[in-house]
Amino acid sequence: MLHALIAILICQVLGESAARVLSLPLPGPVLGMVLMLAALIASPRFAALIRPTAQGILSHLSLLFVPAGVGVVGHFATLGTQTAAILLAVVGSTILAITAGALTFALVAWLTGSRDD
Amino acid sequence: MTDFAEIWSYLSQGPLLWLTATLTAYALGDACFRLAGRSPLVNPVLIAVAALAVLLHLTATPYSTYFEGAQFVHFLLGPATVALALPLYDSLPRLRRALWPTLAALIAGSFTAALSALAIGAALGVDATVLASLAPKSATAPVAIGIAERIGGSPTLTAVLVILTGITGAIVATPLLNLLRLKDWRARGFAVGLTSHGIGTARALQVHPTAGAFAALGMALNAVATALIAPLSLSLIQQGLQ
Repeated sequence: MLHALIAILICQVLGESAARVLSLPLPGPVLGMVLMLAALIASPRFAALIRPTAQGILSHLSLLFVPAGVGVVGHFATLGTQTAAILLAVVGSTILAITAGALTFALVAWLTGSRDD
Repeated sequence: MTDFAEIWSYLSQGPLLWLTATLTAYALGDACFRLAGRSPLVNPVLIAVAALAVLLHLTATPYSTYFEGAQFVHFLLGPATVALALPLYDSLPRLRRALWPTLAALIAGSFTAALSALAIGAALGVDATVLASLAPKSATAPVAIGIAERIGGSPTLTAVLVILTGITGAIVATPLLNLLRLKDWRARGFAVGLTSHGIGTARALQVHPTAGAFAALGMALNAVATALIAPLSLSLIQQGLQ
């Protein structure tokens, strides 16, 4: 658990550093995820070491969004007089984007014969 | 009552109370979610956020005091993003076989997310700052805020829109995708992660491991794609408005 946690944090540190040094438009943790993926591919033993801790963190992933969510409530006023229009744009575009993404995936999977099994 | 007031003034200033409150509020939300038969309409994040917002309001606690306790939970977002490499790793054989569907869905989904939000916003007459804040809202929060700042949006408003998009996606995804009769867990997960970043990915992980892995992939790829697609979509809509 300790070693797995250190490995995860090191990936994040490297990701944060790379994002700044190379001034990439990506956040450090996303680069850290790419690094972690490379390390997992390189060594199945490393994957076995990481697994319990990573699964532990991910089992309550939703919880981690609660503090930011509470912060958002205070800023609801920033929406101002345009609240209804903004909410409509958020809800409408979310529905359309999920639909477009999922249908395109399924269509191209069917066209290219890519099946999930 | 002096004792109570003393204890309260001690506890309410330190991180312990608000860390405990955050975990308890989430446990409450999660219990409601389970009691409702894991219905997507009962979103644990939304319940926890609402409960804590009411609590902070009733106790007149400023958000900065609350965040001193909640930051320990908030901090874990970074390591959790790194940990998402694990479901991706587990699905690598699947991912290799789904290269073309993944790329096509990324382009279609990312453009739809930005363009439709801008089109609806513009049609309803929202101002330029709001439009620029709407464009990157499907990307994960740090990416979206960075992009919004570059194209003239407001960081605070973008953070609000990102969270709203995440919660909306987590709530509508299952009924919407059932309505579309899509049974491919890869397509379902990818679209949700792409549109609703980490909050959507958290929801997908609850539903199915394959959906969770493809959601993590969708979130990661759309963080990259949005950096290009959001500014492009905004300039397209601005040209249309002139």
